[in-house]
Amino acid sequence: MRGSGPASARPRASGDPALDARLRGHERGGVSAAENLDLSLYAKPGPDGTCGMELAVEGIACGACINRIESAVRRLPGVTEARLNFTNRRLRVSWTDGALEPARILAALEDNGYHGHPFVPLRAEQEEAAEQRRLTRCMAVAGFAAMNIMLMSVSVWSGNVTDITPATRDFFHWASALIALPAAAYAGRPFFGSAWRALRSGHLNMDVPISLGVILALGMSLVETANHAREAYFDSAIMLLFFLLVGRTLDHAMRRKTRAVAGNLAALRADTAHRFSGDELVSVPVAAVAAGDRLLVKPGERVPADGVVQSGHSEIDESLITGETARRNVAAGATVYAGSMNYSGTLTLKATAAGGSAVIDEIERLLEKAASAKSRAMRLADRASRVYAPVVHATAAMTLLGWWLAGASLHDAVVTAIAVLIITCPCALALAIPAVQVVASGALFRANIILNAGDAIERLAEADTVIFDKTGTLTLPEPRVVNAAVIDAELLQNAARLALSSRHPLAMALSREAVQRVPYDGAIEEPGQGVCVMIDGVEARLGSAAFCSALQQSPLIPAQAGIQRWVPAFAGTSGEQAGISYIYFSYGTQGAVIEIAQKLRPDAVETVAALRAHGLSPMILSGDRSEAVGPVARALGIENWRSALKPADKIALIEDLKRKGRRVLMVGDGLNDAPALAVAHVSLSPISAADLTQAQADAVFLGERLAPVADAVAVARRARRLMMENLWLAAIYNMIAVPVAIAGAVTPLIAALAMSGSSLLVTLNALRARGA
Amino acid sequence: MNVLVYLVPMALGLGLAGLFGFLWALKSGQYSDVDGAALRVLSDDDIEPRDHTS
Repeated sequence: MRGSGPASARPRASGDPALDARLRGHERGGVSAAENLDLSLYAKPGPDGTCGMELAVEGIACGACINRIESAVRRLPGVTEARLNFTNRRLRVSWTDGALEPARILAALEDNGYHGHPFVPLRAEQEEAAEQRRLTRCMAVAGFAAMNIMLMSVSVWSGNVTDITPATRDFFHWASALIALPAAAYAGRPFFGSAWRALRSGHLNMDVPISLGVILALGMSLVETANHAREAYFDSAIMLLFFLLVGRTLDHAMRRKTRAVAGNLAALRADTAHRFSGDELVSVPVAAVAAGDRLLVKPGERVPADGVVQSGHSEIDESLITGETARRNVAAGATVYAGSMNYSGTLTLKATAAGGSAVIDEIERLLEKAASAKSRAMRLADRASRVYAPVVHATAAMTLLGWWLAGASLHDAVVTAIAVLIITCPCALALAIPAVQVVASGALFRANIILNAGDAIERLAEADTVIFDKTGTLTLPEPRVVNAAVIDAELLQNAARLALSSRHPLAMALSREAVQRVPYDGAIEEPGQGVCVMIDGVEARLGSAAFCSALQQSPLIPAQAGIQRWVPAFAGTSGEQAGISYIYFSYGTQGAVIEIAQKLRPDAVETVAALRAHGLSPMILSGDRSEAVGPVARALGIENWRSALKPADKIALIEDLKRKGRRVLMVGDGLNDAPALAVAHVSLSPISAADLTQAQADAVFLGERLAPVADAVAVARRARRLMMENLWLAAIYNMIAVPVAIAGAVTPLIAALAMSGSSLLVTLNALRARGA
Repeated sequence: MNVLVYLVPMALGLGLAGLFGFLWALKSGQYSDVDGAALRVLSDDDIEPRDHTS
């Protein structure tokens, strides 16, 4: 509902005139004099005349928030239900159609200090939720069946060495069959379906030996039971299904969790645009903007769609698109691109593209190409199982043939071959990777890293080169005050508190310094000039040099250290010198020139050193000018840096590194970085990145610190080591078990012990990924 | 051993009851917000209604 970027980064109930007007409007009954918020895009009609909407809620800290949010929303007239899902931070609201303006829900949340972001749940996300439920049901059925069959199998095993009567044993076997057959028919469907699809398209996948093993084991056991045999393999087949389903459910749960986080991120970043309908201004979600719409862009907001400026003039910052930090002046007739930050003036523009952008489309095209290249890289487990399946089949066939040729009866040869199939079925292998992934993603989450791609851990561990973008990645996403040390502390606090009342980007940067985050009463903003207020009867002004010096009758005399004299020459250099912008503050006879510029992330130097210690060689590839990149590179001690690069140049450089056999970890936030992120072996983005960039990154890190980048590499390396250990454990298990099975010495008891033993071992080993 | 004829079906019946209980809980969405459920139980709004919002 507000511009993205600095404004939405922190809760601020007032100091935002447009929002305040809207909130006041809602209090008057949902009709705002200033502007309506049109959320009809998100409201979905439900059954029996209700309307529903889902919102991602920002600012939830503890359990008390659940009650506070739900009761605030339920109190609105017309609301029939409000339920907050604390796990994925989503609120679902239903109301009687027509009884409630959906915008009032957002206003109610704002009143309580939360931000609500409506969104349309992705289709893929819903499908994954359904798949997750299906897998969990299958796992429950398999688990139930495995326990009950095992109960009877243990009786048979102990009976076989004591004095069980054949009639009792048959009864137990038939009862096991009664449970096993329906359970396998139900719980085995994910495997049978996938195996069938693979076979039909002429492939072999891991599900083929699994399905074959389960079906043959059940069939054989049925025949054996009918023949009053001593042993049946119902327990092995069902236990196998159960362990495999546990592995699959874990794997799926992790992917779904990362998907939900990514969905929330997208909703948090979704902006609204101010659209003229007639003379009236309506806020609409950016997705609803169509080509030809007339839009209003206020200072401090991002341009919602590509367009041509019709009236107004302003400075715009295109760093998110190009990486260039110098601002561009635009006036009527100029073309602006979606994602640019509007700095100083209000612009009216005519959209030339629907809620997206030609530049973004071009970048998306590059992305698609890069993403398809990446999907060709096979996953570790896939590679392992691709080799595994034919070997399993061959071994089983050889066993059958060998025993038969050696003179065993066909019956014995088949039984032995099936035992080989069962014992080699990779339940430990199936758990080896997902269990580590789940534990490691938890460890990453605690280190403030959210995974977007499930297999990112493996790729992160392989990285040997780290490439940083500069703007917003090595530096903080928003500019900061850089000369705070030389300004009188009290004066700076006054200035920062006054800055809370302005939406100008420079003022927002200054307002971050404020300790007391309460705006002054009665502050007046002169658009394009600055803000002024009376503090203790003395007028304070913050803004352009002209606006502040209008108050001064004579040039300022430095009354004490740190208070600077007005230097007229400064006015001319504003925003030009090495990316520093100036904002002026006057308070009575005191005054200060506050310098605002991009600042390095607080721990950038240590993080780069830590990455070096991990054996990664750092590089900077920036779209910014070399005068801006050079100092940053020197500060971090990175010799390898390039500036003024276009997205295609970055891709070319990364491709070049890849040809040299380097595995590149790309860390970037701008739209111009998105294709480079997709091309790189693995990629990270800060949470402040553009949506498209975030969607492309393998993982997103939170907060102001750069340390998560080094942590991610450390956790991923430990996780990869554990994955390899687990694969080896599974392999060693097979090396021991397979010869025993080929020799025909595997009884159902041995199979059960071996399977559960190896599964338990890899799961316990995976828990070590939590590590220090 | 005749006792097994009704003991085993009984055991199965009990097991099935547990299984259907789980499936019902899954279907009614009790596993969709496990963190929230743990915190909701601590909310005392039904004991002393208090206005948190003003």
